[in-house]
Amino acid sequence: MRFVDEFRDAELARTLGTEIAALAEPGRHYKVMEVCGGHTHTIYKHGIEDHLPESVELVHGPGCPVCVIPMGRVDDGIHIAKQPDVIFTCFGDMMRVPGGDGSLIDAKAEGADVRFVYSPLDALKIARNNPDKEVTFFAIGFETTAPSTALTLMRAKAEGVTNFSVMSNHVTIVPPLMALLESPDLRLDAFIGPGHVSTVIGCRPYEFIPSDYGQPVVVAGFEPLDLLQSIYMIMRQLDQGRSEVENQYGRVVPWEGNLRALEILEEVFELRPYFEWRGLGFISQSALALTDAYSDFDAELRFNIPGVRVADPKACQCGEVLKGVIKPWECKVFGTACTPETPIGTCMVSSEGACAAYYNFGRFARSKARAGA
Amino acid sequence: MDLEEEVLARIERQRKLRPRFRDDRITMVHGAGGKATHTLVAGLFAPAFANDALAELGDAARLDIDGAALCLTTDSFVVKPLRFPGGSIGELAVNGTVNDLAVSGARPQAVTAAFIIEEGLDADVVRAEASAMAEAARRAGVAVVAGDTKVVERNKADGMYITTAGVGVRRGGAALGSASIRPGDKVLCSGHIGDHGTAIMLARGELELDADIVSDTASVWPQAEALIEVAGPALRVMRDPTRGGVATVLNELAGDAGAGMVLDENAVPIHSAVKGACEILGIDPMYVANEGVLLAVVAPEAAGDALDAMAATQGGAAAAVIGEVAEEPEGMVLVRTGFGGTRIMDMLIGDPLPRIC
Ligand code: SF4
Repeated sequence: MRFVDEFRDAELARTLGTEIAALAEPGRHYKVMEVCGGHTHTIYKHGIEDHLPESVELVHGPGCPVCVIPMGRVDDGIHIAKQPDVIFTCFGDMMRVPGGDGSLIDAKAEGADVRFVYSPLDALKIARNNPDKEVTFFAIGFETTAPSTALTLMRAKAEGVTNFSVMSNHVTIVPPLMALLESPDLRLDAFIGPGHVSTVIGCRPYEFIPSDYGQPVVVAGFEPLDLLQSIYMIMRQLDQGRSEVENQYGRVVPWEGNLRALEILEEVFELRPYFEWRGLGFISQSALALTDAYSDFDAELRFNIPGVRVADPKACQCGEVLKGVIKPWECKVFGTACTPETPIGTCMVSSEGACAAYYNFGRFARSKARAGA
Repeated sequence: MDLEEEVLARIERQRKLRPRFRDDRITMVHGAGGKATHTLVAGLFAPAFANDALAELGDAARLDIDGAALCLTTDSFVVKPLRFPGGSIGELAVNGTVNDLAVSGARPQAVTAAFIIEEGLDADVVRAEASAMAEAARRAGVAVVAGDTKVVERNKADGMYITTAGVGVRRGGAALGSASIRPGDKVLCSGHIGDHGTAIMLARGELELDADIVSDTASVWPQAEALIEVAGPALRVMRDPTRGGVATVLNELAGDAGAGMVLDENAVPIHSAVKGACEILGIDPMYVANEGVLLAVVAPEAAGDALDAMAATQGGAAAAVIGEVAEEPEGMVLVRTGFGGTRIMDMLIGDPLPRIC
């Protein structure tokens, strides 16, 4: 497994950084939003900002699946987890997300059987191995992870597994982008498009961004050089006065997306009329529920979930962070009341969340460190 | 100072306060070896037992009894599965305690072992662990001199848990304390990191991922002794990066010494299979547990000889200088990434990783 290093060449990075700087118009400030939490993580983990001129600012977008889960959904999940004979499964990060009254980790310490899994198929396996238990999977993620949830459900149905259900919190990427672009307090120059989501949905769905809002989109891969190269492509578009959707991640992302995956999604999921996003409020047609054909597997129907709405804590400014209106450190509770150990907001939980990424990787005076290098 | 720096300075002040334990319940996070564990130990246990030997919260306590300079330590092992590529719970139980003594500068002399065994466990498993422990003890040059056995009902333990304690005699020459760390000192690492934790995660068979990775469980006394002999007082401190990994140890050292640790990501020895597996699992090998790796801080003038001496020991071939101590950023670990950028590396925060030791 040598592939991971090839894309991390520091020399190439320096060259790209110089070229990006050369394209920046003196006196102009550029704000580029990376939509995807995976990109946020890569940017901090590899210190990509050290290669960028100060006039190019990266703004972290709403594409972290854990960050957008509202507190009420966590409470509903905990409600299911506390039912007798239930094994509740989810991804590791999800366990620490605070609900209105504690997290799934707390529920586990109080006796609920909560287990973390690496994929929905693992959850189905647990269901097969524990026929006398009810196994529920708390599904999160964009179009990236939705197909694997869908495949798992198709398999469960084909095998006639009856003790398995899914609480779907799957969301779609385009509606929040539209909401962002419509929000008056936001001024961006361009977008770095999410690579993984685009392997499924392709590049076409982003065409409204250049055509309606005149901003470039470059779909990017996840290695640090991918990101630098996509920023370079964005700067070149801006320099040439173009705005279009370009695909930097062509080695993985087909322009039309993955038709088979889209078919699978179509069969298992349907759009919810609206869904609450953490900090962003209700966004219409922005999330996926199970279709009637799969209603037997719908945890929301199987268990009588309270479905209450919990208001975000007053101090929490996750919405502004998710929209890129403020930087993580500008939130009043950042790093003091809200830390990765005791998160108040969701952005502080997942390593893809802007606050956690900044707290864990970026919390130092970058200019000083650079001077000392 | 701009606003961002002010905010960061305020956060650092807050982080330096002595941790207070305020949680209502113990969760798995308190056992992960990161910040929550640190808060439990420093905020609840340490104040309850307050005494000078404990106050350092080192790997082993230093005791001076009737003129004898000793080190005493204890450690519990609850790893699942009991056997894994490269080792087993019994081997870990001996090496873990031996290593706590070794990095405290003490030649391991004797260990004790207490077993909590689950009703119904196959006697062959117990036999196998006893001989694994005997073999590990022989290799580490210690004797298992006392023990205890308890049996609990079915489902009350995962097969068996082992607690060991060990005593060693401190070698003269090295003062060993994080207070002696100075800017300019070099950070040395005795071998490949991340092997043990990754091997366990793969051995649990939940990931359907196969890779040729074996635990590194071994005594690090040969490396520790070589360092003490060659570097003498230039050897500032040694540590054993088990739970929480290299990242957690370096953070503790940075905090204790009030200095910064600057790590060169490319210089850290990591097997490519471990790197690949960690990439897939989405974890950073710097946080993964080791059971046969030693980290040392050495004064710059002695670093070259220290490295050579360590590299000449059995199991020390991959030894490397992985970073150095700087004045800034105070109390933090700064990583120079292979990509030519910088980031900080914090302590492990509550990942619900499987039981690894
Ligand atoms: S610091 Fe915490 S509360 Fe503030 S925006 Fe970030 S996650 Fe939300």
